[in-house]
Amino acid sequence: MRSFMTAFGVFWGIFMLIIMSGAGRALENGIMDGIRSFASNSAFFWTERTSVPYEGFQRGRRWLYDNKDIEYIRRNIKEVEYLSPRLFGPNSYSGSNTIRGERTGAFNIFGDYPDYFKIDPWTPLEGRLLNEIDIQHNRKVCVIGERVREVMFNKEEKAIGQYLKVNGVYFQVVGVVQPETQINIGGGQKEETIIIPFSTMQQAYNFGDKIHFFSVTSEKGTPVSVLEEKLKKLLKERHQIAPDDKMAVASFNIEVEWTKFSNLFLGIQVLTWIVGIGTLFAGVIGVSNIMLVIIKERTQEIGIQRAIGATPAKIITHIVAESVFLTTLAGYLGLSLGVGLLQLVNMVLESGNPDEMFFRRPEVSFNMAVAALAVLVISGIFAGLIPAKRAISIKPIDAIRDEGI
Amino acid sequence: MIRLENIHKSYVTGNNKLHVLKGIDLHIEQGEFVSIMGSSGSGKSTLLNILGLLDVHDEGSYYLAGRQIASMSETKAAQLRNEYLGFVFQSFNLISFKNAMENVALPLYYQKVSRKKRNLMAMDFLDRMGLKEWAEHMPNELSGGQKQRIAIARALISKPKVILADEPTGALDTATSYEVMEIIKEINGEGITVILVTHEHDIAAMTRKIIRLKDGQIQEIIRNGELGRFRHTYMKELETA
Repeated sequence: MRSFMTAFGVFWGIFMLIIMSGAGRALENGIMDGIRSFASNSAFFWTERTSVPYEGFQRGRRWLYDNKDIEYIRRNIKEVEYLSPRLFGPNSYSGSNTIRGERTGAFNIFGDYPDYFKIDPWTPLEGRLLNEIDIQHNRKVCVIGERVREVMFNKEEKAIGQYLKVNGVYFQVVGVVQPETQINIGGGQKEETIIIPFSTMQQAYNFGDKIHFFSVTSEKGTPVSVLEEKLKKLLKERHQIAPDDKMAVASFNIEVEWTKFSNLFLGIQVLTWIVGIGTLFAGVIGVSNIMLVIIKERTQEIGIQRAIGATPAKIITHIVAESVFLTTLAGYLGLSLGVGLLQLVNMVLESGNPDEMFFRRPEVSFNMAVAALAVLVISGIFAGLIPAKRAISIKPIDAIRDEGI
Repeated sequence: MIRLENIHKSYVTGNNKLHVLKGIDLHIEQGEFVSIMGSSGSGKSTLLNILGLLDVHDEGSYYLAGRQIASMSETKAAQLRNEYLGFVFQSFNLISFKNAMENVALPLYYQKVSRKKRNLMAMDFLDRMGLKEWAEHMPNELSGGQKQRIAIARALISKPKVILADEPTGALDTATSYEVMEIIKEINGEGITVILVTHEHDIAAMTRKIIRLKDGQIQEIIRNGELGRFRHTYMKELETA
């Protein structure tokens, strides 16, 4: 009974380790699920007013990318994997911009290349995504988010093939799409998005050859931050921007954010292990202590066993085995209960709405469980070894004489 | 079987050095039945412990079955104890959470005899002690005499050459003491050397050789034939006491 009370320390250590690790993993899952399919080797470029006067231009000059930039980049920079320019149309904050019969809605309008779906993946729920032919023929087609479908169409209505008047121009709906990630480039709710072919948008809304924004991904083997710097240098040269102007070419690099997240989760895991191992260690010391007390009580018994021929190795094995048994049993209990609780939490979580959650699938890896068990056995041996050494350092005769029975 | 030459043993407690055995020379043949007597502090228990490899001597030589016992590893000592020696203690020293049969079988466990075989042998020995029906009982359910008989069975099961008994009757009443002594005599009759420590003259008188210790030295050795005179001498001593 007393031993089991002591072993509670070990139980709690492992229990905490499992629960905390599981919770950390759940947080990681929750967040990573939202961003996992997003291209982690991507960077995004837009323009800001210049902040340094250069070649006769004053500071504060407004400028934009144009189609020639894209061609130039494609031709001259080999590290680029995908390159997808974008135009921003009206957004959902600027009032109603979409009309269909008597229905109106305010949505985010983007002009994109099909390559964009390789960087920020979307899944077509109905119909298809945009394709190259849409771009080549400047087709007046669009794909719409789920929310757009909800607002602009009846549930029973077929959206595909219908027309939406977006900012004064009619577009045929070719797809209802769902974002795969929660990473949002361009603001607004992703579900409230209408995406039309980039070339169509340039033409239909008189953007000329201007480009507001573009996304790139780097080829394998090239860090996107390297590509980012290269592109910045090139763009500054092409648009007469001072090389030391830090503002004009604005960019955002997912890789950096990705690393931040990874480090955060690594930090959580490390913290988990430190706290878990710390608690476990305290538990192990408790077990070691109680083993010392047990040895003290059994001094006589050990003496007798040695008198009738038990070798020291036998006695050490016996005590260490007992200690290992105690820690492993307690640890196993902690492990099972911890995993059980995580399962329970998981069941509760799964019954909720999966999209809204940043906390999902709390779990511990098999490796983690094996590592924890290994730590247990080793710590059990450690906890038993000191008392065992103590036991055999007592001479058998002293052991027998010890008052008892 | 056992030969001691000039054995010395001191205990150091703090700053005090207690010289317990001051040069013991002793020769015990195979099959002898010997008792060691002496007042408390005379070194009789120490001598038995050295004989039993439970303690090590400081000086002199000890030969057990022709083998010199010098500083040896605890593992080796444990093996020798298991092979040559059987112990019977005053306070029985049974393992309290094992039943009678398991207690008897314990030495065989250390010899790596299979459970089935050693339990069978243990039952056999318990039968010889007349305790077959008590095999499943725990030590605290048994009387002193029964416990001591179990302890003797345990000492015998490893088929030792020598039985060392430290006051085997010390915790028993006279009638039970005599029963236990009968058993010990029988064991001796089978050719096993028996050395027992006692301070009871009547018990010592049942042995065939009495070694009297005084202040760490052998005062006298009384053989079988001289027992009559011995009894006479010490009866007087007892009366005056």
